[in-house]
Amino acid sequence: MTSVSIRDLTLKFGSLEVLKSLNLDIDEGEFLVLLGPSGCGKSTLLNCIAGLLDISDGQIFIGGNNVTWSEPSERGIGMVFQSYALYPQMSVEGNLAFGLKNARMPKDEIEKRIARAAEVLQIEPLLKRKPAQLSGGQRQRVAIGRALVRDVDVFLFDEPLSNLDAKLRAELRVEIKRLHHRLKNTMIYVTHDQIEALTLADRIAIMRNGIIQQLDTPHEIYNRPVNLYVAGFMGSPGMNFIEGELSHHSEAALNFSSTKVPLGRYPFASDDRPGKAIFGIRPEHVSCGAAASDEPFSIDVEIEVVEPMGADTLVWAVLDGREFRFRVDGQSELRAGQTTRIGFDPAKASIFDAQTELRL
Amino acid sequence: MADVITRDTAAAAMTAGRMEGPRGAKPKRSISPRNVFIYGTLLLVSIYYLLPLYVMIVTSLKGMPEIRLGNIFAPPVEITFEPWVKAWATACTGLNCDGLSRGFWNSVQITVPSVILSIAIASVNGYALANWRFKGADVFFTILIFGAFIPYQVMLYPIVILLRELGIYGTLWGLILVHTIFGMPILTLLFRNYFTTVPEELFKAARVDGAGFWGIYFKIMLPMSLPIFVVAMIIQITGIWNDFLFGVVYTKPDVYPMTVQLNNIVNSVQGVKEYNVNMAATIITGLVPLFIYFVSGKLFVRGIAAGAVKG
Ligand SMILES: Nc1ncnc2c1ncn2[C@@H]1O[C@H](COP(=O)(O)OP(=O)(O)O)[C@@H](O)[C@H]1O
Ligand SMILES: [Mg+2]
Repeated sequence: MTSVSIRDLTLKFGSLEVLKSLNLDIDEGEFLVLLGPSGCGKSTLLNCIAGLLDISDGQIFIGGNNVTWSEPSERGIGMVFQSYALYPQMSVEGNLAFGLKNARMPKDEIEKRIARAAEVLQIEPLLKRKPAQLSGGQRQRVAIGRALVRDVDVFLFDEPLSNLDAKLRAELRVEIKRLHHRLKNTMIYVTHDQIEALTLADRIAIMRNGIIQQLDTPHEIYNRPVNLYVAGFMGSPGMNFIEGELSHHSEAALNFSSTKVPLGRYPFASDDRPGKAIFGIRPEHVSCGAAASDEPFSIDVEIEVVEPMGADTLVWAVLDGREFRFRVDGQSELRAGQTTRIGFDPAKASIFDAQTELRL
Repeated sequence: MADVITRDTAAAAMTAGRMEGPRGAKPKRSISPRNVFIYGTLLLVSIYYLLPLYVMIVTSLKGMPEIRLGNIFAPPVEITFEPWVKAWATACTGLNCDGLSRGFWNSVQITVPSVILSIAIASVNGYALANWRFKGADVFFTILIFGAFIPYQVMLYPIVILLRELGIYGTLWGLILVHTIFGMPILTLLFRNYFTTVPEELFKAARVDGAGFWGIYFKIMLPMSLPIFVVAMIIQITGIWNDFLFGVVYTKPDVYPMTVQLNNIVNSVQGVKEYNVNMAATIITGLVPLFIYFVSGKLFVRGIAAGAVKG
């Protein structure tokens, strides 16, 4: 069943069109992540769903109701902000109770709900404190609690972990995932951090300039990006891109400089092929050393820079005159200046039309 | 061998030098040209401000015979509170002879409602302008700011007519209305600028929590804004208490504020000039703003400290 449904949503700030006729359907209990660079309109979309921005055109449905003109509090949503947005002069308890009091809920029911939320989020000892006396992680828990007590169908998160340090971010990320497993609410989560997106999402919507580029599972988005933009955005370090000519004699192949990469194993989407194409392969899909020769394609590269990162090592090399990165085991003995053999399976690659930048 | 020795002694000398050199906090000279200049200036300025106050207090405690001796800096030989009592209760102001007491109560009756009204309205204005982007907000704000730059003199007479048409010319309420309106531009600007510094996400969170225009104002914004309310109160209380122009133009002798009455006492032409009474009357009139500065100064600092603890 659909939980949130957005139809032809357009939003303008004056003459600036931030969202352009956007459509999106989110299933009941789904964890959807809106991912994109800063300024692409993620927060704007979330604010439209929450009812905090008046939209220019289109419709929004939540839980089957048309909420396009409804107040934020009537939409059955709870929202968690990057800056926590806790009411500074109220205690934690007061923060949690504020929305319920506004809804004129009986006192004993309010207490019951606060007790439950505090138990779920393990903030019972903090109830009497003021927000200023809490750490960042505790504050964000309280902010989640504020959405939790209202017993809403849909949770909206706007970069909730961005203000936390790396360690805490990783902890709270797992906790949000756990919370989703337990509550099974629909969650819409905005982030610019692809690790958060990949780890949390049932589906990811990748946005650029107010347009959703691809809406799919993390696995599909990572392995089969629909266009050059998505391919370049996902993955860190990013995919290697090599521009070349497609040839189709006995077997399809990509030619550049003096190199020919056979593409017989690549699952082309259609037979309709342009001359120029961009070949993309992720650094982690490249093998090195002895394993390289077992791959369908292998070639010698010169190593320029080696960046050890502990668990693995990133190698910057030159492949037939082009920059090429690949990832090897952290124990690797590769040194700058060496020449080494690398190989990969073109079936794991992504190939894009050089003109339209769409996947072939 | 000799080489080794010289090197050793050099090293030893260096270590020794290091031990002997400056260490710890750098000593400060208490009498330096800089300090002399700073303290000298401060002292001069203090005297410049405090000397008149001293003369006023001293004079107000003297009897007239002693004042006639002309030694204005001399402390009173015989301290008397007679001038203070007279200034408060029996000095003549043209028509009445009940001193400043009448003017004091008039001023209280003018200041209290004016301050409350102007701050209440301006804070809501500022809140609406900062947080609810309603249609025409920019135009409204521009007009208001423009109002802050129109000289009072231009509006004096039109407002006389306006008040007369409203039937409140010459009454306390007429003056209260004038003070409320004239306080609006600067106060609204003050509150708007303050409320725009409140994080927008806080406001959004409150809306998601179902709070409306007044709910957010009273439960979220007001409790966060004590310092700015104190600032607004200082501006308004001192401004309205010290006002002379509006008081003399828009009220009648019965309801003259204290400042106007003070003027009438000091400038009354009957009989001899009673300097001691005049001084006492002036100090009494200035006591309220003085009191506000002392009390609110403390509150103000505390308010800022409370506001600095962000959520
Ligand atoms: N209130 C506003 N007025 C005008 N432009 C805005 C406003 N809010 C956001 N924008 C613009 O809309 C675009 C999208 O912003 P936003 O949704 O906040 O991006 P993000 O994806 O980083 O959350 C940006 O270009 C931003 O400058
Ligand atoms: Mg954002």
